[in-house]
Amino acid sequence: MSWDWQVFLNDDGSGRTYLQWMMDAWGWTLAVAGCSWVVAVLMGSLMGTLRTLPGSPWLVRLATVWVELFRNIPLLVQVFLWYFVVPRMFPAFQQVPGFVLVVFALGFFTSARIAEQVRAGIQALPKGQRYAALAMGFTTAQAYRYVILPMAFRIILPPLTSESMNLLKNSAVAFAVSIAELTMFAMQAQEETSRGVEVYLAVTALYMLSAFAVNRVFAFIEKRVQIPGFIVAGGTGGGH
Amino acid sequence: MLGLDLTFLSWDIISKFVLGGLWFSIKLTLIATLGGIFFGTLLALMRLSGRQALMLPATIYVNGMRAIPLVMVILWFFLLIPFLIGKPIGAEVSSVITFIAFEAAYFSEIMRAGIQSIPRGQVFAGQALGMTYGQNMRLVVLPQAFRNMLPVLLTQTIILFQDTSLVYAIGAYDLLKGFTNAGKIYGRPEEAYLLAAVLYFVICFALSWLVKRLQARIAIVR
Repeated sequence: MSWDWQVFLNDDGSGRTYLQWMMDAWGWTLAVAGCSWVVAVLMGSLMGTLRTLPGSPWLVRLATVWVELFRNIPLLVQVFLWYFVVPRMFPAFQQVPGFVLVVFALGFFTSARIAEQVRAGIQALPKGQRYAALAMGFTTAQAYRYVILPMAFRIILPPLTSESMNLLKNSAVAFAVSIAELTMFAMQAQEETSRGVEVYLAVTALYMLSAFAVNRVFAFIEKRVQIPGFIVAGGTGGGH
Repeated sequence: MLGLDLTFLSWDIISKFVLGGLWFSIKLTLIATLGGIFFGTLLALMRLSGRQALMLPATIYVNGMRAIPLVMVILWFFLLIPFLIGKPIGAEVSSVITFIAFEAAYFSEIMRAGIQSIPRGQVFAGQALGMTYGQNMRLVVLPQAFRNMLPVLLTQTIILFQDTSLVYAIGAYDLLKGFTNAGKIYGRPEEAYLLAAVLYFVICFALSWLVKRLQARIAIVR
């Protein structure tokens, strides 16, 4: 078999080249992943924190239900739930664009995993830190805001890095509800051009490049927020 | 309930659509777990062998697989296998090969951690008793590594079971596809997705609960 990279310069039938289409698709992949990441970190931090609150059994239960619910249903099924079932059950969602629904699906799915990491990070801190904060007259909220969470987030940066890379890879499931992202492009361009190997190679390279970029960004953050004198080991269980 | 009608579910649907898909999902999970652990252990041994000629290809393979979305891997194999063997291949067979190859990369990381968790003294003790490398691995290191890593291996299997739903990309007939088809034919696609979610949840929740119990027991024994 011979290579035919020229295929990327062909017109896809709508006046743009396959290369342009792929770049647009890359943009969609990054947009889905980026927006989902914000949702996942916000909800994950909230739920992970709630699971460690002393003296609020109902909030702990609520967060536990959240984590178990979003962790035990396959991501693809959750995407279908948001895309098909939620708008049927709640007509208000019929106006919401598919992109947003996929962001909810991917964001909430990932938030369950991040919540577990945040909880592990908080529980990895010596209890004395919490007591010291309370003894200083901090309220529970202040103790979390100024003492516990800043340390916990530094501890979980390594597993959070791999979970963020997972999120980027998981964004590929958006193809199932016709979001025009990279995997969708790969499938359609493969069918139209019959140059599957070239198309898949290019898409795979873009995924790897994106994942690598995420990795570097987190390594940079980790270095920047490091507290001198603290050897923060991320030995709180890998991100699965 | 909220515009949904779940009463269409009948034994007919379960026996005609769901059971077949469920059986394939379970088969795929079991074969990929066993195959993945087998090849994953080989990859882990290669990476720990200390020989560049073995370490390098294994490292590239494992890191490469882990850097690509599973959906893309599924598409890759479905494209390449017919090309390599020169004849078309079914989506189901392609899925099985893909999942073994893909999961081997993930299981190899678990097994590598497991092997490294065995104190070096154990290996030296084996050597002192005159064991060969193979005997040492087979009789001393790997049995302990498996046991230490059992909860993690099982957790990975649960994730694997969830991931089997991605064979949707090439149209293999799995549990999700069973529900999707039933929903289409009976004109109740939303209800079918909801039921699929419930069934996946029950299975995965029950399995994780069992893994948690097992973990507690193993911890006491040790």
